Amino acid sequence: MLSIKNLTVSVGDKPILKGINLEIKPGEIHAIMGPNGSGKSTLSHVLSGKGGYTVTGGSATYQGKDLLDMAPEIRAREGVFLAFQYPVEIPGVSNIYLLKAALNSIRKHNGQPEVDAMDFLTLVKDKVRLLEMDEKFLYRAVNEGFSGGEKKRNEILQMAILEPRLCIMDETDSGLDIDALKIVSEGVNSLRSAERSFVMVTHYQRLLDYIKPDFVHVLANGQIVKSGGAELALELEEKGYSWVEEAIA
Amino acid sequence: MKTATASRYAAEYPSLAPLLPGQDLPWLQALRVDALAQFSEQGFPSPREEEWRYTNVSGIEKKLFSPSPMVTASAVDTNWLNTYKIEDAWVLVLVNGRYSAELSHLIGLPDAVLVMSMAEALAKQPDTVEKYLGTAAEQSEHGFIAFNTAWFSDGLFVHVQAKQGLDKPIQLLHLVTDADVLAVTRNVIIVDDSAEAKFIETFVGLDNTYLSAAVTEVFVGKNAEVTLYKMQSESEKAYHFGGCYIKQERNARFTHHNFAFGGLLARSDIHADLDYASECELNGLYLGVKRQHIDNHTRIHHLQPHAISRELYKGVLDDRARGVFQGRVIVAENAQKTDSQMNNRNLLLSEDAEADTKPQLEIYADDVKCAHGVTVGQLDEKSVFYLQSRCIDPETARNMLTFAFANEMVDKVKIKSLHDKVLEQVLLRFPQQGVNQEWL
Repeated sequence: MLSIKNLTVSVGDKPILKGINLEIKPGEIHAIMGPNGSGKSTLSHVLSGKGGYTVTGGSATYQGKDLLDMAPEIRAREGVFLAFQYPVEIPGVSNIYLLKAALNSIRKHNGQPEVDAMDFLTLVKDKVRLLEMDEKFLYRAVNEGFSGGEKKRNEILQMAILEPRLCIMDETDSGLDIDALKIVSEGVNSLRSAERSFVMVTHYQRLLDYIKPDFVHVLANGQIVKSGGAELALELEEKGYSWVEEAIA
Repeated sequence: MKTATASRYAAEYPSLAPLLPGQDLPWLQALRVDALAQFSEQGFPSPREEEWRYTNVSGIEKKLFSPSPMVTASAVDTNWLNTYKIEDAWVLVLVNGRYSAELSHLIGLPDAVLVMSMAEALAKQPDTVEKYLGTAAEQSEHGFIAFNTAWFSDGLFVHVQAKQGLDKPIQLLHLVTDADVLAVTRNVIIVDDSAEAKFIETFVGLDNTYLSAAVTEVFVGKNAEVTLYKMQSESEKAYHFGGCYIKQERNARFTHHNFAFGGLLARSDIHADLDYASECELNGLYLGVKRQHIDNHTRIHHLQPHAISRELYKGVLDDRARGVFQGRVIVAENAQKTDSQMNNRNLLLSEDAEADTKPQLEIYADDVKCAHGVTVGQLDEKSVFYLQSRCIDPETARNMLTFAFANEMVDKVKIKSLHDKVLEQVLLRFPQQGVNQEWL
């Protein structure tokens, strides 16, 4: 699915990622954990194509293609989905329009005709129920005036409708209360499949109580310093990040 | 300052004055003579005047526009007229500054509501007109007002009696069909205590150079409510001045929506005087392309306590267009508990576009809540990236965001047929961007 090899990234002259290696197979969930400033968000931004970063070396190959060579919208159409830590408010553009435009972009990219209006509505309403959202959200401007939890749920709604192959989730649990966290996690779990992979970037172990990862990687100072199974997250929770940082120092 | 242009208009006046209405009314004659003298002295406003510092009207001064001698209803293309005419409204049509009974539609008005052309009002209701005309617009303020008083050839007169409600809006449709014409109109709108009415002022013209100069005086009685929509889609070569001067009595509510789309040079004044606990809301959207210069000047004068004012003006400027916003809020010494908010947001789409924005708060009371904010900038790149990450190409993303920015103001229009026409005009102005109605 995704193969990252010796990836180095700078912001200006400052190196942020210093040689990342990561192999993600279809159906796997990888959690990337690490202290603030370790480069977690940079990794998710670079994979989704956000500007402001310079790739100084290495590669990221997604389904046999050079991911870093693609424009952000092409990555999205190819099935890479970034769930934002801070979803952006887009006043004046309705949620349902954005969903439809995005879905049709993907279909066009894959040589399929535009989605039938009735089929689309049925699909959207199904997913809205799944995420326990109010249908009214569909007709409101994208994220405008949404609470933190509503914004995150909206991200998962988009994910459920666009059916990406690779989901990159940037600090999804931040700003969520326990009820919202449960709903969001259930949404994500329902999307797990043998063909779909997840990269979950998170500071806290809390999210991993609800979405069980196959692998946990600890990022510190721009490098993956430790990898393991789900039990590694619990160890981190108990001992803190200084434990890993000290171990490598 | 006395200018050659002002003198030329003065010289022309005696031969053309007989064509102007109200010749048999001594008070009006005195008013007009006085105004002409004032205009001869003042001329058109110059950038040396603080309220006109960003707008140079010398283009108007280089030409001599003449009033149209007669009504030319047959020359008006019906399809064109219908593009702007609001269905389900009473419509008063002015062609080249003169009333056309043939094109207007004023049937079925309630008895307690008088709607007629200004010329007819001067014949049938001279006392009422005398009582109001010139009392909301301050003639000495600048040359355009004096010019208007001297030269107005017709206009709209409305008197809604107390406690009356109207189930349809009244539209004043200004059409200019001739080149080099001077379309000067004066409107008086009186809405008595506890009455309610909605008005639509539409300005359009064929592809000519002309000068359209309208002054509207609005009197909102105690506890009355008036909404006025202005859609200015003048020709790209035209000069437009439109002044709206409002007097609000106690607890009166007034809302103005100003859509400034057309004209080579267009200036709007919206000035409101607020009595005790009255409410005033001013909304504006200006879209400038090519070399358009669009100036909006607002002034809200809180004269008494407890009044509320809300103002939001948005501009989108492309090519070499220039947008000007001057917003003054004046709070008089005894206008305690004033609550006022003013905002102006500008989006510049090209490097050569310019926005000049000048909010001014003059507060003489000490217990008030007044806020203002202005922004001039480009689209937010975070939003563009968000849309890109949702499969939208960056060009479409930018167009969507620009359109959404403007559409917020269109969405405030609560009359469906007008909403659609305004939207049509917005879509027309961004043809190269492939804007899509479905984005709403």
